[in-house]
Amino acid sequence: MRLINLSPSKPLAAVLGLLPFIVLLLLYLNASEARLAENPNDKLLPGLTAMVDSVQRLGFTEDVRSGEYLLWSDTQASLKRLATGLAVSASLALMVGILLGTLPYFRALAGPIVAAISMVPPMAILPILFIVFGLGELSKVVLIVIGTAPVMIRDMAQRVLDMPREQFIKLQTLGGNSWHLMLRVVLPQLLPRLLAALRLSLGAAWLFLIAAEAIASTDGLGYRIFLVRRYLAMDVILPYVVWITLLAWLMDIGLRVLSRKMFPWFHGQQEGEA
Amino acid sequence: MKLIEVKQVSKKYGDNVVLERLDFSVEAGEFCTMVGTSGCGKTTFLRMLLGEETPSGGQILLDGKPLPDEPGEDRGVVFQRYSVFPHLTVIDNVMLGAELKSSRWIGKSFGARRQEIRREAKELLDAVGLDHALSRYPAELSGGMQQRLAIAQALIMKPRVLLLDEPFGALDPGIRTDMHHLVLKLWRETGVTVFMITHDLKEGFSLGTRLMVFDKIRRDAQAPNAYGATITYDLPLKHADQSTQDSIASEVAQTSRLLAGAK
Ligand SMILES: Nc1ncnc2c1ncn2[C@@H]1O[C@H](COP(=O)(O)OP(=O)(O)O)[C@@H](O)[C@H]1O
Ligand SMILES: [Mg+2]
Repeated sequence: MRLINLSPSKPLAAVLGLLPFIVLLLLYLNASEARLAENPNDKLLPGLTAMVDSVQRLGFTEDVRSGEYLLWSDTQASLKRLATGLAVSASLALMVGILLGTLPYFRALAGPIVAAISMVPPMAILPILFIVFGLGELSKVVLIVIGTAPVMIRDMAQRVLDMPREQFIKLQTLGGNSWHLMLRVVLPQLLPRLLAALRLSLGAAWLFLIAAEAIASTDGLGYRIFLVRRYLAMDVILPYVVWITLLAWLMDIGLRVLSRKMFPWFHGQQEGEA
Repeated sequence: MKLIEVKQVSKKYGDNVVLERLDFSVEAGEFCTMVGTSGCGKTTFLRMLLGEETPSGGQILLDGKPLPDEPGEDRGVVFQRYSVFPHLTVIDNVMLGAELKSSRWIGKSFGARRQEIRREAKELLDAVGLDHALSRYPAELSGGMQQRLAIAQALIMKPRVLLLDEPFGALDPGIRTDMHHLVLKLWRETGVTVFMITHDLKEGFSLGTRLMVFDKIRRDAQAPNAYGATITYDLPLKHADQSTQDSIASEVAQTSRLLAGAK
């Protein structure tokens, strides 16, 4: 049979999917063991025990100075910034995207400036954000917004423009005005696409979050990683990276499940008959 | 009084003359079928009736007054595709027009008013044979069911004019016959004035009270876009016989070859 016509069974597919993870883990453990055998104080590739100790120390014992469980307080601080930034971006994307997509006058007015802003490299204006908004929470959230909103706005506007014109005409023949079009036709059809856009922005949002925390912060996952970098504490950095990846992955799955639950018509699911 | 008067209407896109010298009127309650080769401007004419496009020359009057420059609730429409809203269930699709009317601000109705609209929508869905699929989404319906839904959705506004642009073009022949019966039944019951485009000459002859053939009389093989199509036959349907049908078919085919050659 041709290779293109062969597909694995479900359990086999699961095993195959796990395989690269296991291989990667084994490769790491091997390399780590080899280095530690040569030099027991090697910091570059810490063994599992060292990492488990670090997680134990940061996640399940009180920090002597602050009295907090650092892993959880870092996670909480980072997630709050991330969620605030993404919520602001999503609301902006929805509002501006709908206006851009439905009103030609607004498109003429705001289209070019939105396109221009989306070309500004967010990291280049980070110093400006720190100067204008200070080193507090605001500048970090604003960086996430500036890093994710323009792309999402343009995506939403394009989705509106991609909707069949027939729908716009149809709504007018049903007596609808511009507001009705936005509220009853465009908005509900954009919501699942907004969730999809959010999923795609997660990577960028994390990037800007960690960058901002690395540069100016006193807590957060990104802050911790860059703090312990000075002591070459790979036994902390590696578990933190795995933890961040896991969080991002869970958010991605969460958004996908939410979208399927909320918008069955979008995912073409069969619904029961009346 | 005439419902619609089309006065020396023409339509150009740049140098491309699509339609020219359209001049006729339609009484309330007529059922006009429009045929012609693909690309000769039937949809363009329908879009002018909708208010989506404006004539380059001439004028269209509705009830003696110039047609508004945008679509409105007195003119319902069913397209070949995309006529219904994918995010609304069957019943919500039909209720939408009435709901928008009852609430200028949020376009949604509640309580007793909502129940009343729902009853009305159900009656219409009954009439088009979709009463068993109220809570399904359009993507779960067959093509024929989607078009039935689109018709019910348009009729809840009680439009004066119903515009149909090849509404059954994508359907199987058997289903098409059912749809013909349905449209004729609804037309008789509501008294709405119908304009229906079809690319199927036989469909054009078997439905309705009046057949209009769009065709180019002035053809120039060197400059196929220099002249537009106009109405070459405007027949009360009971007088149409087989030989007229045959000669129309061959003329339309000739224009079709000319347009194909120009591409
Ligand atoms: N918005 C437009 N801009 C330019 N040309 C158009 C536009 N709409 C239609 N046309 C042209 O008008 C002609 C008639 O199109 P149409 O009315 O769709 O034909 P039909 O419905 O009879 O198949 C075609 O040559 C098409 O290219
Ligand atoms: Mg057409």
